[in-house]
Amino acid sequence: MTTPPATPTRPQPPEDETSRPFWEATRTRRLLYQWCTVCDRPVFFPRDICPGCLGSTLEWRESSGRGTVYTFSNVHRPQMPNFALPAPYTVALIELAEGVRLMSNVVNCDPEQVRVGMAVKVTWERLDDGRHLPQFEPA
Amino acid sequence: MGTLRGAAAFVGVADDASPTGELEVHGRALEAAMIEAALADAGLSISDVDGVCHANNSMALAEYLGIHPRFTDSTSTGGSSFEVHAEHAAAAIAAGLADVVVSVYGSTPQGDRRRNAGGRGGGRGFMMAGPNPQAEWEMPYGLRQPMGPYAMAATRHMAQFGTTPEQLAQIAVSTRAWATMNPKARHRDPITVDDVLSSPLQCSPLHLLDCCLVTDGAGAWVMTSAERAAELAKPPVYVLGAGTCHDHQMISQMPDLTTTAGVISGTNAFGMAGIKPDDVDLLMGYDSFTITALLHLEDLGFCPKGEGGRFVEDGRTGPGGSFPMNTNGGGLSYTHPGMYGMFLIVEAVRQLRGEAGARQLESPEIAVAHGSGGVLSCMSTLVLGTEATR
Repeated sequence: MTTPPATPTRPQPPEDETSRPFWEATRTRRLLYQWCTVCDRPVFFPRDICPGCLGSTLEWRESSGRGTVYTFSNVHRPQMPNFALPAPYTVALIELAEGVRLMSNVVNCDPEQVRVGMAVKVTWERLDDGRHLPQFEPA
Repeated sequence: MGTLRGAAAFVGVADDASPTGELEVHGRALEAAMIEAALADAGLSISDVDGVCHANNSMALAEYLGIHPRFTDSTSTGGSSFEVHAEHAAAAIAAGLADVVVSVYGSTPQGDRRRNAGGRGGGRGFMMAGPNPQAEWEMPYGLRQPMGPYAMAATRHMAQFGTTPEQLAQIAVSTRAWATMNPKARHRDPITVDDVLSSPLQCSPLHLLDCCLVTDGAGAWVMTSAERAAELAKPPVYVLGAGTCHDHQMISQMPDLTTTAGVISGTNAFGMAGIKPDDVDLLMGYDSFTITALLHLEDLGFCPKGEGGRFVEDGRTGPGGSFPMNTNGGGLSYTHPGMYGMFLIVEAVRQLRGEAGARQLESPEIAVAHGSGGVLSCMSTLVLGTEATR
């Protein structure tokens, strides 16, 4: 007797009061980042204070969702046996046009075709609780 | 012997508490507020700070604050942690490792209980300030840890500098050649570049044989004063220089995936020792993955940035080569119990004493033990030398 394969899953991102505006915006498929109005620079991941001046001078801005692949790896041997994406899948660091870098997946693209510097745009995967997870696809 | 007496002083303090027993602010924001207040008390700003102490995770704190300290102490000894931090900080300052060191503590068990009752998500640990940013910003994407971040560095290095899988593989091949001369090594059969490239891809571009072992292992060292060491049985191995720097905790926050904080730790350690890369007879460079060792070669100045692949491809880091590296067989072929840095020091000391058996180098005088912690996060460099170098 064999166990049926587990349903593919993703670790669900937790959130707290600091990051809540980011995750709430994903319900309507909007990608937010922070901007320090004193240092005049973007900030990611969300913080209560600017990692530069320590000021409570951060405002939320909406990203164009466009960027490039800074680097990536195609995971052939996943750690989680029932991870949402079938191996090999692409995990990448995406540099958004607004100047911040975040981890994500490149989807809707053969992993062998992903390149450093490739132009990508955001697409969304719905999470169980109605939030969405940012994913990226060739632009 | 030098003394710490008069070498350092407390210049700013801050605290916060409430008659209700509960504070509004909690987590990292509370820690940041305390640091800002103490700095203000001292007439200093965050840009003056180059050392951070925290009793749980100084990397996460520094990442949150956006600073890249060159002195760091996560020593956790329970209630006395902050006295220990002060002791270490005074020593570091006396030795020139840091100029301004902060230590901070914030814990809000009462507020946490209220926030978590009816709130979503898991409670915060009693000692843990703030959520784990990796759970929120990295774990949903399925990157294998710790291999994935190194794979990302390798991908970037290949794209930026033309480094090839064959060049990375040569590091594993040269290291294995050393392991054949270590009777305690896990793997002692020679391998070829083809063997590495035909081993299963784990996280592209890293193959199984680009990755360190998972083995049992243990080690220890004893250090004493130079005066005392001179009276003991074995030739002393002197600490000529030391340096440390971390510039991120999560790989997604690493400023440049092809340049580690080893540039800083190495520059400081070499500067303290008064040596140049050319003076080094042996590099023991933490080889969690082939790419890790390659980055050390560049960041410590043994070759220019981007040239690591061409530097290693002729086998010069192996037996008989002009630049011996990881003569015990490394984390790739000797042993890797999880935190391998101990073995870097053990092998460096043995080589400098002439006790390395079949793999003994010819009269080495200066060795570098270069540790790497986290995911290319925290680099720490030791320059060790014989009596002749002192």
